Amino acid sequence: MELLIKNGFVFDPTNGVKGEKMDIAVSDGKIVEKVNERKAKKIDASGMIVMPGGVDIHCHIAGSEVNTGRLLRPEDHFKDFERKTSTTRSGVGYSIPSTFTTGYRYARMGYTTIMNPSMPPLEAKHTHEELSDTPMVDKASYPLLGDWWFVLEYLKDGKIEECARYIAWIMSSTKGYAIKIVNPGGLEAWGFGHNVSSIDDQVPCFCITPREIIRGLCKVNKLLNLPHTIHVHTNNLGKPGNYQTALETMKCVEDLYDGNKPAIHITHCQFSAFKGDDWASLQSGAEEIANYVNTHSHVTLDMGQVIFTDTTTMTADGPFQYTLYELSGNKWVNHDVETETSAGIVPFRYRRKRYVHAVQWSIGLELALLIKDPWKIFMTTDHPNGGPFTSYPKIIAWFMSKKAREAALKRINPRARSRSLLPTIDRELNFYDIAVVTRAGQAKALGLINKGHLGVGADADIAIYNVNPEKTDPSRKYKLVRRAFKRAAYTVKDGKIVVKDGEVLKHVEGATMWLDVQSLEPAKITDDVKRRFREYWTVEYENYPVTEDYLEVSNPIPIKACV
Amino acid sequence: MVTYQKLKVTLLTGRTIEQGVGKEKGKTSQEYVDSVTVCFIDPEDLRKLGIKEKTNVQVSTEHGSVVVKALKSIRGPHSGIIYIPYGPWANVIVNPETHSIGMPSLKGIPAEIEPAPNKPLLSLRALLNQQFGKD
Amino acid sequence: MPVVKAVTCPVCGSLCDDIELTIQEGKVVKVKNGCAMCESKFLGYNGEHRILKPLIRKNGEFVKTSVKEAVKRAAEILAEANYPVLYGWSSTNCEATRVGIELAEEVGGVIDNTSVICHGPSILSVQDVGIPSCTLGQIRHRADLVIYWGSDPWSAHPRHIERYTAFSQGRFENSAWRGYLTKIKASQVRKKIESAVRRVFLKEAPSIPPLIRREPPPSIFREGRKLVIIDVRRTRSAQMADYFIQVEPNRDYELLQAFRALIRDEELEVDQVAGVPVEYLEEVADVMIRCNFGVLFFGVGLTMSSGKLRNIDAALSLIRDLNMRTKFVIMPMRGHFNVTGANTVSTWQTGYPYAVDFSLGYPRYNPGETSVVDVLLRKESDAALVIASDPVANFPRKAVEHLVKNPLIVIDPHMNATAQMADVVFPSAFVGIEACGTAYRMDHVPLPLKKVVEPPRGVLTDEEILRRILSEVKKMRKKRQVEVAA
Repeated sequence: MELLIKNGFVFDPTNGVKGEKMDIAVSDGKIVEKVNERKAKKIDASGMIVMPGGVDIHCHIAGSEVNTGRLLRPEDHFKDFERKTSTTRSGVGYSIPSTFTTGYRYARMGYTTIMNPSMPPLEAKHTHEELSDTPMVDKASYPLLGDWWFVLEYLKDGKIEECARYIAWIMSSTKGYAIKIVNPGGLEAWGFGHNVSSIDDQVPCFCITPREIIRGLCKVNKLLNLPHTIHVHTNNLGKPGNYQTALETMKCVEDLYDGNKPAIHITHCQFSAFKGDDWASLQSGAEEIANYVNTHSHVTLDMGQVIFTDTTTMTADGPFQYTLYELSGNKWVNHDVETETSAGIVPFRYRRKRYVHAVQWSIGLELALLIKDPWKIFMTTDHPNGGPFTSYPKIIAWFMSKKAREAALKRINPRARSRSLLPTIDRELNFYDIAVVTRAGQAKALGLINKGHLGVGADADIAIYNVNPEKTDPSRKYKLVRRAFKRAAYTVKDGKIVVKDGEVLKHVEGATMWLDVQSLEPAKITDDVKRRFREYWTVEYENYPVTEDYLEVSNPIPIKACV
Repeated sequence: MVTYQKLKVTLLTGRTIEQGVGKEKGKTSQEYVDSVTVCFIDPEDLRKLGIKEKTNVQVSTEHGSVVVKALKSIRGPHSGIIYIPYGPWANVIVNPETHSIGMPSLKGIPAEIEPAPNKPLLSLRALLNQQFGKD
Repeated sequence: MPVVKAVTCPVCGSLCDDIELTIQEGKVVKVKNGCAMCESKFLGYNGEHRILKPLIRKNGEFVKTSVKEAVKRAAEILAEANYPVLYGWSSTNCEATRVGIELAEEVGGVIDNTSVICHGPSILSVQDVGIPSCTLGQIRHRADLVIYWGSDPWSAHPRHIERYTAFSQGRFENSAWRGYLTKIKASQVRKKIESAVRRVFLKEAPSIPPLIRREPPPSIFREGRKLVIIDVRRTRSAQMADYFIQVEPNRDYELLQAFRALIRDEELEVDQVAGVPVEYLEEVADVMIRCNFGVLFFGVGLTMSSGKLRNIDAALSLIRDLNMRTKFVIMPMRGHFNVTGANTVSTWQTGYPYAVDFSLGYPRYNPGETSVVDVLLRKESDAALVIASDPVANFPRKAVEHLVKNPLIVIDPHMNATAQMADVVFPSAFVGIEACGTAYRMDHVPLPLKKVVEPPRGVLTDEEILRRILSEVKKMRKKRQVEVAA
């Protein structure tokens, strides 16, 4: 099928297109030079913005912890439901919507590619079953590898190459996309209820430090030529004073930068940018982090913006979630996964009048605005940890309008307001910048060649928003912008119009992308390894990998490794 | 006509390994039927009832009444408690009350037990027919 | 003879995946590593109780029919119903449940799984309190205190203790198996001596001392793995334990709350709780606090007796509180092999784990109202589909009375009490033997089920039967819409 999107203002940062009025031609699900204008279906996008489909580098939408969150919180679902229609399935959920609803809601906002950032390898089948039931978007998942016993043991012995071969195996076996590291070493310690408190602490029973884990996996990542960097949730997350840990984490791989591709991605950085000795003296560490990032090229970040709402926090960081339970007294789920990782869930309400929450809100925006290069910091809420992904249009409005920020500032805790850096920041992002932080930059950091841009050959995933950049001043008319990004005028997925005026027209299945890492000398699964397997896990080696039939639509990406 | 002693007891229902094995073999298999038409009774209570093992007993609750075979419990002492494995026979007498949470009350039900050596154990078909008029 | 290794056993929630099957001429002839239930299933599943042809009830009698006819009849029943219930799901694979939920949504019915009558209250409590838990391997590697409460793993999950808990060998904790053997031997020697003494002096059996009085043995204070069983009866599992606490029926709640008070260092003003002397409880509470990694497994002994979900509330709160002092986790002993999977699929597709009502076009959840036993007790349903379950054998009589009045569709490999009452019966392939798929272990670890032999000719999988019914229902409803429009 051919499609022609006519007369839109196109923002395609990857190809340097900055709002020029032009046509976008689509054929067979790809962007092409041109199509037969008489035969092609046409979309009149005049007066509208045309962008690549949105890319989300970090949002928890599938897998055991997300689903346990759903199970834990019927109260989250009762008021937020969607009826079955002739084209769509029904569903429920505000901060943790059911799978079909998740897909529809992303599509309505013009998003087409989603990265699910935490997958315990042992439970990877679950993640993929859910992703297969998440329509409308292409997706991928990051296996949690920072506390995998094989990793700890090989890195302790300095066997980087051997470690790399096993990571190659696990990446293909779990149908994963990137190396996810969460509170390295801390999760293993949590197995007995402990934690680590700096990147140089010893991990109990394993004679290794978080620093060695991060550096080791960063080297492994390079050896394997993985498209994304290591994706790191830092130690000490959510603790006052932890901006130091975030800085040390970034610094510890500085020398591994090859001058070309970044070496590390610090995720939901807001939660790792706390200055102060305790909650009472909490302050923003955004300036320090921004200064560092502005002078270094080996790091990318995403925000983890906080939204004032009732949400559900869930991370693989078991000890952090326990702290959150102690702080809030809310119901608490813990789920440790043998030999690999842990997880925790606590419902949480961010209140604008609470000092700490208001500071957190400010930190996220400060980071995004103080870091000068939009290709280094991306828009996320760490859904659902900072707030649900449906809040993205709000953040876009705060990015584009100082007035919008001031309106929000007026209503927050006064002490937090007086300490916030936001009043001193005049920067307002334009539509081009928005296209970077919401799709182009994210796709680039992920190494997704066919996503996040509209060049010839790219996947025809396109979002059209009904806002006229020539006539609308987003700084003043931020509410109009917010509305436009909330309900895309059109969302095109693989060349098909799937959303019109914010309504889903068609239920389509997205593909699951995964890395088929081909190492020169693949990991040997000897009898000894199988024996170790049987000792470490309570499942047989044969039953551990995710076979391709778990993926509704499989999109393997072949990667040539250097080991 | 012999009159038998009646005994007030607490009824528990649950799993046994024999019931588990039987159900995997088939719900109409003799193993299964044999494993769920029994009632484990404390030796002390058997003495009070004045019966030996493998005598038929009638167990009644306010929800129904059913004949099963008495067996001596080796899980004792638990005088005053009887145990019947899950199955169609137990269901005749358990408490359907869900207390508004969806779950009937299957354990700890007040019951009365009396020897019934002359009453037969019903087959599954006969039981269903007796209870629901359909087989 | 071909041997298939690493087969997942489709019987209980332990989902042992190390079964080795020997296949000869399309039949399983030998089972290695399995428990008694596992062997019974793999060797005996294909017995005389198997249904091989779809059945339709005509004038009160079953008549054999074709799959096509049966699908048509089943679809008619569901499409014509206002408020059908679709029940079962715990002994089939997740793939079938996925289709089942779509079918329930399409016909606007209630879909409920067997957890409603086993661990439904546990789920309700988790929704109140949360749950600190983990996968079973974590327990194998780390647990030095293993407690089973209201659960008899030896009977219901025979390999649980050996594979995952007290008798398994972990990285940081050793198996307690050897200690158990020594204990057994010692007790056999003691029994021999006792019987000799009896023969010589007493000539009668000494009565066993009431267990309630038994105080904690010194062994539960030692280092290393300890097994504690808390139950109303001295179950087979209790005989293996380092310590058995016998609780009076329906008084678990009191005992749990007593433990909560004790681990908070509060004093109890009574001498005994639920029949157990307080000084013993104090000692056990100490053992709980002092362990490095403790685990409490609870069974339907807690969910089904008086208090139901409040018992679980108390248990979950106890374990949550213990985390202030040490590492402690808790896990329900799920019964059917894929009941966890049924909850899991239902949750990701509808937001709710069971008792989901689609009558308003979106998922609604209110156990006590939308749960199947309540729907039946209120006599509201007007059709029913039962799959991989036997509610006539498992529901209270009053609920069954209404169920069998409904036009009833049953999908099951075996003839059972429910199938005998049905109007349409579909024979299906045995999941995990004749059909592959996915199941979730009690700790939410997904495992692949294998197809090791072919199903009998013409017998379809649950998933396929449901797909055909769904597609037929859609066709009928579309046709009806057209008719109404015309």
